[in-house]
Amino acid sequence: MAKQLIKGNEAIVKGAILAGCRFYFGYPITPASEIAEAAAFYLPVVGGTFIQAESESAAINMLYGAASGGVRAMTASSSPGMSLKQEGISYAAGSELPMVIVDVMRGGPGLGNIAPAQADYNQMVKGGGHGGYKMVVLAPNSAQEMCDLTMLAFDVADKYRNPAVILADGFVGQMMEPVEFPEPVMELPKKEWAIQADAQDEFRLVSSIDLEPEELEKHNVHLQQKYAAMEANHVMFEDYQTEDAELVVIGYGVVSRILHSVVDELRGKGVKIGLMRPISLWPFPKNHIIELAARIKRFFVVELSDGQMVDDVRLAVNGKIPVQFYGRYGGVVPSPDEIIAQIMKKNEA
Amino acid sequence: MANALIKADSFYELYERKSGIQDVTHYCPGCGHGVLHKLIAEAIDDFGIRERTILISPVGCSVFAYYYFRVGNIQAAHGRAPAVSTGIKRVHPESIVISYQGDGDLAAIGGNHIIQAANRGENITVFFVNNAIYGMTGGQMAPTTLAGQKTTTSPYGRNVNSEGYPLKVCELLSSLEAPVYIERVALTDPKNTTKVRRAVRKALQNQIDNKGFSLVEVLSVCPSNWKMTPVQSKQWLVDNMIPQFPLGVFRDKTAEIPNRETIRNTFDQSGVREKLEIPANEKQVQYSLQPKMDFANPKLVIAGFGGQGVLILGLGIAQAAMQAGYNVSWLPSYGPEMRGGTANCNVNISRERVGSPLVTKPTVLIAMNLPSLEKFDSKVEANGLIIYDTSLINKQPTRQDVHVLGIPATQMADELGNTRIANMVILGAFIAYTAVLNKEVVFDALPNFIKRKNLLPLNESAIIRGMEYVLNKVTN
Amino acid sequence: MAEPLKEARVVVREDECKGCGLCIAACPEEVLFEQKHLNRMGYHPAGYKGSGCSGCGYCFYQCPEPGAITVYKKGYVEEEAA
Repeated sequence: MAKQLIKGNEAIVKGAILAGCRFYFGYPITPASEIAEAAAFYLPVVGGTFIQAESESAAINMLYGAASGGVRAMTASSSPGMSLKQEGISYAAGSELPMVIVDVMRGGPGLGNIAPAQADYNQMVKGGGHGGYKMVVLAPNSAQEMCDLTMLAFDVADKYRNPAVILADGFVGQMMEPVEFPEPVMELPKKEWAIQADAQDEFRLVSSIDLEPEELEKHNVHLQQKYAAMEANHVMFEDYQTEDAELVVIGYGVVSRILHSVVDELRGKGVKIGLMRPISLWPFPKNHIIELAARIKRFFVVELSDGQMVDDVRLAVNGKIPVQFYGRYGGVVPSPDEIIAQIMKKNEA
Repeated sequence: MANALIKADSFYELYERKSGIQDVTHYCPGCGHGVLHKLIAEAIDDFGIRERTILISPVGCSVFAYYYFRVGNIQAAHGRAPAVSTGIKRVHPESIVISYQGDGDLAAIGGNHIIQAANRGENITVFFVNNAIYGMTGGQMAPTTLAGQKTTTSPYGRNVNSEGYPLKVCELLSSLEAPVYIERVALTDPKNTTKVRRAVRKALQNQIDNKGFSLVEVLSVCPSNWKMTPVQSKQWLVDNMIPQFPLGVFRDKTAEIPNRETIRNTFDQSGVREKLEIPANEKQVQYSLQPKMDFANPKLVIAGFGGQGVLILGLGIAQAAMQAGYNVSWLPSYGPEMRGGTANCNVNISRERVGSPLVTKPTVLIAMNLPSLEKFDSKVEANGLIIYDTSLINKQPTRQDVHVLGIPATQMADELGNTRIANMVILGAFIAYTAVLNKEVVFDALPNFIKRKNLLPLNESAIIRGMEYVLNKVTN
Repeated sequence: MAEPLKEARVVVREDECKGCGLCIAACPEEVLFEQKHLNRMGYHPAGYKGSGCSGCGYCFYQCPEPGAITVYKKGYVEEEAA
């Protein structure tokens, strides 16, 4: 198939439309704005709707309304925007609305900067909104995956009636790479529960409120069962050179690309190193980490943050082998050499 | 009017979603919500729109409006009903969407949403119940609480000097162009109630006729939180609220605006790849390429001033390399320095899978201005290559362990009639020097990254000039 | 076939009445009144004196409860409701 050299952010929109998405609600923010721009450009051409919302809050609530109507719809933003969307995300999880939410992370906290970062892991993976919920969170590391995982996110969202998240970073969003676009999804799943402006609507309700604690608990139990099914079925990761590895580096998104170079370089020097890249951040590949921990000597985790995913690695490893961490913050991206030096230094320690 | 006044069909017979007694509402005795609900339900019945009506329940006392209305129901977050309404209405343009909101919901936490939905002219109907107090949470100050009015959070009376004045939503929204119909009415005596009934019907009819945004502000009582009997509270409304919130029509463009046709959304994926400008499958052209030893899998840093076309140069190299069958990545500097200052991009070209898209140790540095040369000069890998524009850089690279190619690219471009194609002169020099790419593949790729087709010949000339410069230099 | 009503009639469903008194205050014919007994919710429900209703509907549009008051106008035929 012919490849197209394309920005990750733009690949998201094309992937979304191929997956049948026809509605986009968003607010401009660097480094995610190309997603809104591409949506504004392409959606009208395919009979879809783009609305530049008055705020991030409006965007997620327009999405809430559209998703209630049973269509495939999405929004995207970057870190500060995601903080603002959290209310709506919690409501969507509570009301069981399928939707796709993209976060192209940038440096923080606060206004921070627009350089790539990964400090929204806790916010997006652990449920940044109130009330306790889970979402499948997928972390692409290439323009191809920006397309593919977005398409997958729509399927997962519809399958479980739950929001699904693409957690990218500024580099994966801004980078251009060749993408082979898959064939379009021709038919969308039927949604009997959705508000469809027809005679059946009188039985349908989209809501997250239930004043009776026992009833709300039942709803929560139902959600937890759903999350358990998501956890059982949607773990995704990629191993590189881990078969005989004594040391496994772990990183997601753009970091995994840098770690790929690290592994190549150290393998060239005879170091038995491998890379494990979580693709789904939730569900987290914890069983795989347990397996690896049984046969390697140490993990080395790299993040563009103070260390957020590393907590999940440590929970899985449960003290069995050392889990070392190296992070850069504020939009600084470490070079392979810098990471190699850290790996060597901690080996001596 | 029918020959009997009976509970509307648009109410559920039993309110099965409600716990406890299921044939009465949860509203307090004398509450205005129930009356407005009845007027809306009656209109839905009379207009025959029940099956396509979608009600957005807000947060506030009417949070449970969905208990009662036998229509499609969506419960929205506090203040967000206009945004939720926008979403569902755009999805189902044939539906009749009612955003039902109270004063805290609409005028405080959702203030921006209602302004923006009104300003977009969303074809929805908003019923705004103003009773000058927060009901559900137990009688706190609302944005519409009257001056001097005591509430649990204005226990000494609303002080206009610190809490401001009651917010006049109709007056505010009627300053916008888009809204079609805005009226303030009051649920007081039968005469005024008849006006409420008329306004409700008009606001819904406007939506049925696709005319646009309609909002009816309904002054209403809250006997429980006002701490009065229902009968006293109606008098209080007349005596105190109406003087501050004058009744009347603030906007009515109903007659001017034509009834528009409803266009339903249809889903069609045919031809979607073409519409998305995804290239058609073509046979991969085989190019005969033999890169010089040091440039088998080159990593490039291309840097210069914004406006010199360094990003497009990188893009062109990446595009051509992709078409030649390489794996590639192109990463721009997208920081604020891009705007007006320096710009750079990183390009990976590799027969292997591309690891880090970020190039920290370039095989090739293309420097189009002095700051770029100074910044990246020391980072180039040994045996790498520095290409720099000698028309703008009057300094030699300091490195002794790398190939150095100086080329007066901007001057050459100027001779060709446009200094902005200096980047293409450099592209020519790069391919001639490294043989990573050849002229054929670059020319094939050119239309994919030069948007203005009339500039293609000029760009081709520039590339050829750059190639000739290198070939002549090497031969001489 | 039922006969058309010769006189308008108001029916109060006592179980659904919250005793707010708005219908009583609005009734121009003064044929509604507050009853002495309490209903299941503990309110004194409104009652109809049994005659004198003009069928104006004021009470219906003052009453906040969707089903508490029904007004049958003069000439109403029962089948119409079906």
